Amino acid sequence: MLRIKDLKKHFGGVKAVDGCEFEVRPKTITALIGPNGAGKSTVFNLASGIMKPDSGKIIFDNKNITNLRPVRISNLGISRLFQQTKLFSNLTVKENLLLALDNEDTKFWKNLFGLNKITREKEGKIKEMLKLIGLEKFENILTRDLSYGQKRLIELLRTILNPHKFLMLDEPVAGVTPKLREEIAKVLLKLKQQGETILLIEHDMGFTLGIADEVIVMEKGKVIAQGKPDEIKNNPEVLEAYLGE
Amino acid sequence: MISAYFVHLLILIGIYIILAISLQLAVGFTGLLNLGHIAFYCVGAYTSALLALAGFPFWFAFLSAGIMAMLFGFLLSIPTNKLKGDYLALATLGFSFVIYAVALNWTSLTRGPLGLPGIPRPSLLGFTFSNNFSFLLLTFVIALISYLLIKKIVASPFGKVLEAVRDDELATKVLGKNTFKIKSYALGISAFFAGIAGSLYAHYITFIDPSSFTLLQLIPVLCIVIIGGLASLKGTVIAAIILVLLPEPLRFIGFPSSIVGPARQIIYALLLLLILIYKPKGFSGKVELE
Repeated sequence: MLRIKDLKKHFGGVKAVDGCEFEVRPKTITALIGPNGAGKSTVFNLASGIMKPDSGKIIFDNKNITNLRPVRISNLGISRLFQQTKLFSNLTVKENLLLALDNEDTKFWKNLFGLNKITREKEGKIKEMLKLIGLEKFENILTRDLSYGQKRLIELLRTILNPHKFLMLDEPVAGVTPKLREEIAKVLLKLKQQGETILLIEHDMGFTLGIADEVIVMEKGKVIAQGKPDEIKNNPEVLEAYLGE
Repeated sequence: MISAYFVHLLILIGIYIILAISLQLAVGFTGLLNLGHIAFYCVGAYTSALLALAGFPFWFAFLSAGIMAMLFGFLLSIPTNKLKGDYLALATLGFSFVIYAVALNWTSLTRGPLGLPGIPRPSLLGFTFSNNFSFLLLTFVIALISYLLIKKIVASPFGKVLEAVRDDELATKVLGKNTFKIKSYALGISAFFAGIAGSLYAHYITFIDPSSFTLLQLIPVLCIVIIGGLASLKGTVIAAIILVLLPEPLRFIGFPSSIVGPARQIIYALLLLLILIYKPKGFSGKVELE
């Protein structure tokens, strides 16, 4: 589904990503782990078009997406959750989620003549998703008034509602309560059952190893190990680099 | 006499409302701190005046003013696409200086500092808006249509995309929305309405010269937008009425005109300062000024 080939991105003397290579298989949950500064978020930024690589290739769904702009990459089917909350803070929860559903809202004339209506189907879909995470009462609340955990959940929903073939989630459970973490794990596992492909960055090892089919470990911009969670847990190189054991 | 004076003020309020709500679309709704708005007003005024003086009918000159200003809006959106905040403000300010310099120096077209006199009053379907009261009605109708159109735009899903760009452009891009196109539309539409406001001004005063389109003319419009409150059309209209009327009592106190002019700027500055300190969202703003 996603292939990263000899990817490099240097910032001056800092080799953030330095010959990174891995592949994400379809219909799996793959975790990208590693210590802080290993280059995980930079790989996400490169794959979603926010940064341009110095060299290397990014292949998504058999298409070379290296150097494509974020809009194009999103429209090819990659939906991304950021590490820092990036909700539209002066819009309501519902408005934030409606923005993710399609791009008809960018057509000026269609909207001016009232031809792009917010259908019951769209509203129903949003209500259903909000119910799933117990936030149905917050539909008309401005997102700036939500708690951190609620913001995280709404952003995760927005990422999921954005039409996609592939989800990239950067620390989806950072800063959320253990109960909420369980709920998010359930949602991600349900998505996998429905045939979705997910690549996630997460520092919570319990959460990551509990849901991931495959784990990729990065250190100093390179992949140092890739395998099943059990293999990774017992890999001495990983233990030394990541867990410090 | 008094009524003629009030009619004059109401016409100015109407023109300022169109100018301010169109600037609100760019600044308050899309987050584009455009200090070149007065240049679109200038382009509209000159386009309409030149066409009318060349014998074209008012409706054609009026619409051409909006379209020409809109084209300049689209044009400005290309080099400024990647700029934000202060940088965008400076670039658009530079654009307004360029337009001012063109109006001043392209003397074969604009007559430079001599200006364009004798711009005809509007005439529609055989009726000439020769007296100020009929012109007020025309201004009111155009201001109302402008308000309703901009309200429709900002209330539509497209308006929500504009607000998304204002709140977080990168997140909007990652949702697959072409923010370059969206920002160009915002600037283009905003410029269109500034252009028609310019046309109204030219046909009302019947004389224009470059001094009507300097940075000094932008200050009250920007004050209206900020004091009315970012992303609030209703607040903008109220602020336009207050800010146009506020300095007027100075005329009756008996101060010489050399004091009234600067006093107007001082009043605007004081009001802006008070609003920023005590009410950062303005009268009914949705978004806090950063």
